[in-house]
Amino acid sequence: MSNLPGSLIRTPDLDRWIAIENDGSITVSTGKVELGQGILTAIQLIAAEELDVDPDQVHVRSAETGITPNEMVTAGSMSVETSGAAVRQACAWARRLMLSEVSDDPAQLEVSNGVVTGPGLNAPTSYTEIQAGTPFKFQIVDPTQEKDPSKYKVLGRDNHARIDLEDKIRGVGVFVHDLEFPNMLHARIVRPPSYHHRLETVDLTQIEAPDLGFVDGSFIAVMSTDEYRATRLAESVGNMAIWTQTREIPADKPLPDYLVAHEASAFPILDNVPQDVPPRSLTTAINAVYSRPYLMHGSLGPSAAAAQLADGILTVWSPSQGIELIRHTLAQLLAMDAKTIRVIYVQGAGCYGHNGADDATVDAALCARAAPGRPVLLKWSRADEHQWEPYGPAMRVGMGANLSGSGNVDLWTHDVWSFSHVGRPAPGRSGMDVVAAWHIDDGFQPNEPTPRLGSESGIHRNALPIYEFPDQQIVKRFVTDSPLRTSALRSLGAQCNVFAIESFMDELALAVDTDPLTFRMRHLRDTRAIAVLERVVELAGGVSDSRGLGLAQYKNRQCYAAVVAEVVVDTTTAEVRVSHLWIAADAGRVVDRDGLINQLEGGAIQALSWCLKEAVAFNRDGVTSRDWETYPILRFNEIPIVETDIIDHPELESLGAGEATQGPTSGALANAIHSATGVRVRHLPFTPERLREAAAD
Amino acid sequence: MTELQLNGESIAVEAIETTPLAYVLRNECGIKSVKLGCEAEQCGACTVLADDRPVPSCTLALSDASERRLTTLEGLARGDVLSAVQNALLTSNASQCGYCLSGIAVAAYALFQTNAHPTHNNIVNALDGHLCRCGAHPRVIRALEQLAK
Repeated sequence: MSNLPGSLIRTPDLDRWIAIENDGSITVSTGKVELGQGILTAIQLIAAEELDVDPDQVHVRSAETGITPNEMVTAGSMSVETSGAAVRQACAWARRLMLSEVSDDPAQLEVSNGVVTGPGLNAPTSYTEIQAGTPFKFQIVDPTQEKDPSKYKVLGRDNHARIDLEDKIRGVGVFVHDLEFPNMLHARIVRPPSYHHRLETVDLTQIEAPDLGFVDGSFIAVMSTDEYRATRLAESVGNMAIWTQTREIPADKPLPDYLVAHEASAFPILDNVPQDVPPRSLTTAINAVYSRPYLMHGSLGPSAAAAQLADGILTVWSPSQGIELIRHTLAQLLAMDAKTIRVIYVQGAGCYGHNGADDATVDAALCARAAPGRPVLLKWSRADEHQWEPYGPAMRVGMGANLSGSGNVDLWTHDVWSFSHVGRPAPGRSGMDVVAAWHIDDGFQPNEPTPRLGSESGIHRNALPIYEFPDQQIVKRFVTDSPLRTSALRSLGAQCNVFAIESFMDELALAVDTDPLTFRMRHLRDTRAIAVLERVVELAGGVSDSRGLGLAQYKNRQCYAAVVAEVVVDTTTAEVRVSHLWIAADAGRVVDRDGLINQLEGGAIQALSWCLKEAVAFNRDGVTSRDWETYPILRFNEIPIVETDIIDHPELESLGAGEATQGPTSGALANAIHSATGVRVRHLPFTPERLREAAAD
Repeated sequence: MTELQLNGESIAVEAIETTPLAYVLRNECGIKSVKLGCEAEQCGACTVLADDRPVPSCTLALSDASERRLTTLEGLARGDVLSAVQNALLTSNASQCGYCLSGIAVAAYALFQTNAHPTHNNIVNALDGHLCRCGAHPRVIRALEQLAK
């Protein structure tokens, strides 16, 4: 097996990755997609660095089936690590091949802004002169030497412009919602009141040509060339539809209790407790239970997609994180050959994981099939998005520990209950995890959730502590029968696991009358973890009253992040306001420093919103979080001052950072609330009611 | 036909008078900066200026908009030259996905028109009707505070 990045093993053809264009510009391709996380800018910078050209010379082409390399799903904070590594290696090969054209000793040549100089050359030449318009016709089978990081000029600098931003600040319609085609239809879906409602009858006679409407099972769509008219039709058709409720959503039991009651299987993630201790009868002196409710991705723009079926080819414009997954899902659902389906990525609003993007893509394709030849732009309503997206699952974490006479942990137990965090379309399985497939006649049932046991899978992601404890027992408890639809929400299980671990560390520190920083340091061996912890404390000027700490390494192998939060708690209203956040992170080799800070800070703000405000509300008849009033999120006047510092390691590999701060921020916030009030909050969200309940305990 | 005063020009649009302005702007006028987010005045993504004041265009009927001087993000720049607020947001990379960005830029523009040196509180209060799910708020606030100096 070669040492090449996986993406290059799958797509070794260099011409799929890079082209020197006739005008001298350089096109670099990635299978990863821009979700607002800045990946296209990172890819541009990596290519520019490796080729020694100005970043402006590099154009990044992203995600179209059959064109760009297949890099699976843009998820898991993996894009800089995987696509970045592939692009770097592809560019190193392109550079070597071009320089070999003009010199027998290419290592002696210098490149600056794409101009090649050095011994043996009669005159300076350039990539353009050597290669413009000419394919490389080269298969990468072995790695080549990459640029020495000590000579980096581009990576790690802090002043790179985001390449997608100027269009957006000028109002250019770059989103999938903004697509316009001649003769286009606007489509809206009429959804059932809940997962468990089936259509009895609906009257579509009010829809007259040229408007269109169709019913397939419990799937109702309306289309019009006039978008607003499509929304009016959807409303009036929805008012006429008669539904039957087939069952109720289980909504009576508090979620932490429901999770325990519906545990289906348990898996030891780590068990290094000596064999003579029966695992099930471990008793711990200090115990605590933490939980979170279902959380919404809550994309600001409701999901949307466009599609056209013409001449036997289905073309889809989709904001999906996984264009190949959705292509094969469409092929299975529509009984088409995948070769006749083309998926072009177009940006949607930020998704933060698996939101409604795939569902809307399928909805659009069904509408396109019902209006052959016509391009169809389908949009979900706000209520569609709030009620039908797959939520981040509720979680319950039970922690336990024994402390030695010297005040150190000698036994640590962590039990985590949750529903499946992976509900992405998985073509080829017997079921199908897209909404429309459940509603159409001859459709599919949802796939039976199955536990995944990879080292960093959803429920137990970051269940392994970053700390060194002699005896540990960590158990994943897989729960079925989720009342609500679930899938991957940014950081998956890591947010709640780290929230629990970091809260519990403070509880243990208090139990042995040690300050939380010292207690953590006593249990840390990882020098990079120690370094970010020291850096954040220095940045904050200490972790005194009203402040709390949080620390984690995402997936125990990606970016390190430490957070200090400072809160003000109103003693009358019990409202928590976060006044300040300090973040220190180590993401290895920094690519785009400002982009990295943007991701770390954005993740931290989002986590504050989850922790302070959010819980998907539902009852037996459906989801009642239908808009931003029934599902409030953090607002501008609730935003703390945020300061961030990065420890750059150009000599090390880059580590994915997009989800690194969710967990540490959640722990830091809970610890700050305790520091400010003496009240330990263990159940999200930390609303005034929850604070009062916790204070009464 | 309804006359609209849009970004300094008078234009005639053909749409039913009850159509929300956001739909008219996006689909009849090619104004794509105006985003549909909630269609209930809850998120700010569709914000435009009506007689220099920021308003949500998702619920404003075309008939009620026709009497007013409308400005969208597209009307803030002078040709290729961005307004100071747009430029501040751009040079600070004050965004992630950018879906909320134009509404925020329009509201911030209105703030700076009335107050060239807004305080932190002026800024967050002016933007409080604008939701951002990416958590780009701190850099939006920093960019505008820098501009206010």
